[in-house]
Amino acid sequence: MSTQDKGGLMGWIDARLPVTRTIEKHVTKYYAPKNFNFFYVFGVLAMLVFVNQIVTGIWLTMKYVPSAEEAFRSVEYIMRDVEWGWLIRYMHSTGASMFFVVIYLHMFRALLYGSYQKPRELVWIFGMLLYLMLMAEAFMGYVLPWGQMSYWGAQVIISLFGAVPIIGDPLVEWIRGDYLISGATLNRFFALHVIALPLVLALLVFLHIVALHEVGSNNPDGVDIKKNLDENGVPRDGIPFHPYYTIGKDLVGVVIFLMVFCGIIFFFPTAGGFFLETANFEPADPLTTPENIHPVWYFGAFYSILRAMDFDLLFLEAKLLGVLTMGAAIAILFVLPWLDRSPVRSWRYKGMISRVSLVVFAIAFMILTWLGIQPVTTLNTILAQICTVIYFAFFLGMPFYTRYEKTKPVPERVTNR
Amino acid sequence: MNTMKRIIIIAMVALVSGGAMGYGEVYPANNDVRDTESLQRGAQLYFENCVGCHSLEYARYNRVARDLKIPEDLFERYLLDADRPIGDLMTNALSPALGSQFFGTEPPDLTLVARVRGTDWIYTLLTGFYKDDSRPYGVNNALYNNIGMPHAMVNQQGLCAEAPGADGCQEFAFEGSMSPDEFDLAMVDLTNFLDYMGEPIQLERQRIGWFVMAFLSVFLVFAWLLYRELWKDVK
Repeated sequence: MSTQDKGGLMGWIDARLPVTRTIEKHVTKYYAPKNFNFFYVFGVLAMLVFVNQIVTGIWLTMKYVPSAEEAFRSVEYIMRDVEWGWLIRYMHSTGASMFFVVIYLHMFRALLYGSYQKPRELVWIFGMLLYLMLMAEAFMGYVLPWGQMSYWGAQVIISLFGAVPIIGDPLVEWIRGDYLISGATLNRFFALHVIALPLVLALLVFLHIVALHEVGSNNPDGVDIKKNLDENGVPRDGIPFHPYYTIGKDLVGVVIFLMVFCGIIFFFPTAGGFFLETANFEPADPLTTPENIHPVWYFGAFYSILRAMDFDLLFLEAKLLGVLTMGAAIAILFVLPWLDRSPVRSWRYKGMISRVSLVVFAIAFMILTWLGIQPVTTLNTILAQICTVIYFAFFLGMPFYTRYEKTKPVPERVTNR
Repeated sequence: MNTMKRIIIIAMVALVSGGAMGYGEVYPANNDVRDTESLQRGAQLYFENCVGCHSLEYARYNRVARDLKIPEDLFERYLLDADRPIGDLMTNALSPALGSQFFGTEPPDLTLVARVRGTDWIYTLLTGFYKDDSRPYGVNNALYNNIGMPHAMVNQQGLCAEAPGADGCQEFAFEGSMSPDEFDLAMVDLTNFLDYMGEPIQLERQRIGWFVMAFLSVFLVFAWLLYRELWKDVK
């Protein structure tokens, strides 16, 4: 190809490092289906938020002091005395929540159009690992401001590991590095939050994208565009990722997203107590509990599933049962590619049961998320139990309803709707 | 195991008692952080009546002077103790131990109280003191039952005989130097000052926000046109 015989500086570099080849493979000659819709912008947005978190995070670490005595004060120092510190901090705190908004919609897109199905199982698994690491990253980041909810949220979540039989208590102590949440915990969470987990996330993002580009992107019709190539071997339904998506469709999506993002930063930075929780404006106090301890909204669904298990089952105590159920709720996502036995990918051509199940599942997930930050009441618990059953029924029933339901014929080429 | 059990019990007690230990009804403060004069009056009230016990330890004097448009020389003359640099954090001399000895509990720092409790809560608390001889300082609070603090502005407000409701104090045990309306406005000013104190950048933040939104709106138009141009051949 042209890259080999090119002269000049690029030719010199390309003979030693595959710069042009990589750009062509992943950007200018990466053929993406031309029928991407609204839901396909969230991958790019996740990348954008990731970069935002890294960059604002670097600047925050320049002023933040990771010690139990100074952490809270240093955050207020950033908010008040550091030039533009408030903006950097709000970008980071809003970014954390928006990361999950974007990721949840990105995952929902995969469910809608069967993007996890063969041959994209690894793309899905790397994505799930990303989600898992992102949860750890967000959880540890939330502890760093050392407010009341940082402290007590961490206390409740870390104590969950105590439900593990036999090694539970030493395990909890090992994670905390102390007999209770303390400066030792804060310091190690800081190290993990700013170095270890971002490195893991970056590696997984790399793998997620390389795996995707190896098999090519799915699309709202679930049609394999590589089956229909023109004389140059280019998919007839594909268009180069650059410029059609980079500065074309995705740029519009990015600007709209930035309007929402900046709208929150500049006008509702606490998002009504959802992004920055009220109790976290009080410094951590190991002797006083806040009124309603709960994790941040984006953990709500799994926290609800945990709390829904308020009964003992056989030899399992309620607490251990809750932890196991919550673990299962996350673990089952990993095997999704093998649960879906449907001959078609997109819900556009799946049967009625699949379509209804997905909608019911999405509603149940949202209810669980909302319940996660509500206080425990009998009614809330019953509601959480019903939604937990729906959550698992969606996945466990999938091998059956996807195999036996009647699907619609999938068109040869992608459609434009 | 013991630590963990204890923690879980504390957490559960907190969850259960959360509702029960809640506060009384709150009334709207209707303060306006854009009203600089109100903020100046609020700051003056705070420095005269509150700062002795309630520090503002995350904020600095000169920031207040700058944001509230109080010239530094006037600020130093009227609002600052003689020996304090104007760049200092607004701490006070009351030690936690002494505070606990006086009031049964350490008087909290109030830098962030507006973000924790909200302005309506502050306003309701400030206007909620009434006479209660069973309490150590002879006063109680309609919002915050069995509050540890005395009524710091009793000379100005006077002392309400009964717990005030939505219509404010109906009957005074003794009157103060301010009329009820004057006192009410003063408490709105004080609330306003604490609202500002919770997030000093809030006005500037919103002002910048409009420019950002305007920029993004223009950007959106061009991004859309670029998309239209690029995609016109894609069918």
